[in-house]
Amino acid sequence: MRKVCVAGVGMTKFGKSEKSSIEMFAEAAMEAIIGSNIKPSDIQCLYLGNVFGDFEEGQALMAPYAAREIGLSVGTPSLRFEGACASASMAIRDAFVAVAGGFYDVVLAGGTERELAMGTPLATRTFNMATEQYYEGMTGLTFPGVFAILSRLYSKKYGIPLSKLKERMAMVAVKNHKNGAKNPLAQFRKEITVEEVLSGPMIAEPLQLLDCCPFTDGAAAIIITTEEKAKKMVEKPVYILGVGQGSGAPLYRQKDFTLIESRVAAAKTAYAMAGIEPKDIDVAEVHDCFTIAEIVATECLGFFDFGTASEAVEKGETQIGGRIPINPSGGLKSKGHPIGATGAAQAYEIVKQLRGEFVERGTQVEGAKIGLTDTLGGDSGVICNILFGIKG
Amino acid sequence: MYKLTYKQYFEALKEGKLLGLKCNDCSSYTAPPKLCCDKCGSTNTEVVTLSGKGVIKTFTVIRVAPEGYDAPYIVAIAELEEGPWLMGNIVNVDPDKAKMDNIIGKKVTVGAKVLPKMNYTPDEGVTPAFTIAE
Repeated sequence: MRKVCVAGVGMTKFGKSEKSSIEMFAEAAMEAIIGSNIKPSDIQCLYLGNVFGDFEEGQALMAPYAAREIGLSVGTPSLRFEGACASASMAIRDAFVAVAGGFYDVVLAGGTERELAMGTPLATRTFNMATEQYYEGMTGLTFPGVFAILSRLYSKKYGIPLSKLKERMAMVAVKNHKNGAKNPLAQFRKEITVEEVLSGPMIAEPLQLLDCCPFTDGAAAIIITTEEKAKKMVEKPVYILGVGQGSGAPLYRQKDFTLIESRVAAAKTAYAMAGIEPKDIDVAEVHDCFTIAEIVATECLGFFDFGTASEAVEKGETQIGGRIPINPSGGLKSKGHPIGATGAAQAYEIVKQLRGEFVERGTQVEGAKIGLTDTLGGDSGVICNILFGIKG
Repeated sequence: MYKLTYKQYFEALKEGKLLGLKCNDCSSYTAPPKLCCDKCGSTNTEVVTLSGKGVIKTFTVIRVAPEGYDAPYIVAIAELEEGPWLMGNIVNVDPDKAKMDNIIGKKVTVGAKVLPKMNYTPDEGVTPAFTIAE
């Protein structure tokens, strides 16, 4: 297996966009291409995450149009990756596999999504489509609903009163907004308070509006290549040290899904490939689609013992400067969550953290050498973990 | 190959019978049905009628609904007597009065709620309707 690196990265401003999904992706991709000091014709394959283009813009078959939009050659294969919210992480993982295995030397991976074009009722319906449809989706389950029922399971299992848990969940939102306020590409650049979270409108009890990430338009892209080529392209290549992906069953079959088995399995694979342990991670971008989602993710990833992560949030251990900084970008919660692009935006953040580029932004995790991305698709049907490092 | 398809499962549920699969190799129950035993993967299973009784493990009240659904309503998961967990709607509790202490741990019986064909569904839907015992 060859050593694999990230060269350039690119990302659009997240939020409401007047650009098409393809235009957004083209901008992010060109930033990554220029940042890699290569030409579009050097790219041998495009792996594009996109989930609901069909509903958002009536646009299926986005990958080849995106490929030609940015000037990839007619002989360049282009593939759409659909893994719900983990689509772009799947694209990056497969790009890693293709480069590590020796089939390609240079792959463009990323994703794009234009959710705000749908409006809330249709967007909520399309997201519901990522639950299992025959035995789960027809209950009218929504994604806030998934994590709402998880919150109550968690409260019961660990004996943490729901009011206490909700306060700690609110602290996740407060932390991520604090980080996102400093990120010029974030959708919501404002700090919030615990009181504001706890007084917001109810979305799916016990989750309130500010427990939930927003619908978002945006795109992100990265160039994945061999160690040898990356060293010629950029001053600071970032290595992909390990990858892992799991396939989870529908929620009702998982039973107690406070411990998400597909995530534990995916993380184990990635850690083993990299030869590192959770304690070696300096910074992580974790799938905080809902406040409780970040809490359970950090347990499954091995940063905290099961049942203890909400207390760790309260103690500030996940703040920048804390034991394990989580979501310095603002996370999905504040930065936004264009689901086809999210995994690539997480990679964008970690790559730049490891290159030390966020000092001016005020959210640099000092001395970060190893970073992790964690992306969840559906109600844990897909979990994808990727480990990045400044040394191979 | 399939001993119990979703259509057969739905038709029985509409008649008040909750069907599942019993594994002849490991004795565990699988419901809703799938191709193989959910525990051991064996296809040596048989269709059985389950008791239709369970206990609520968790729930939410949906306040912002997908297109085609009218909020508020309760989505819950019940653990059946035979072991499997089932997702459905609690139909005899006012969503505004649903709290952890009057829902979680309560015994339920499983009935059926029929949904008409909607956009993006192949035909009518049938979802478990949980009635909390008095």
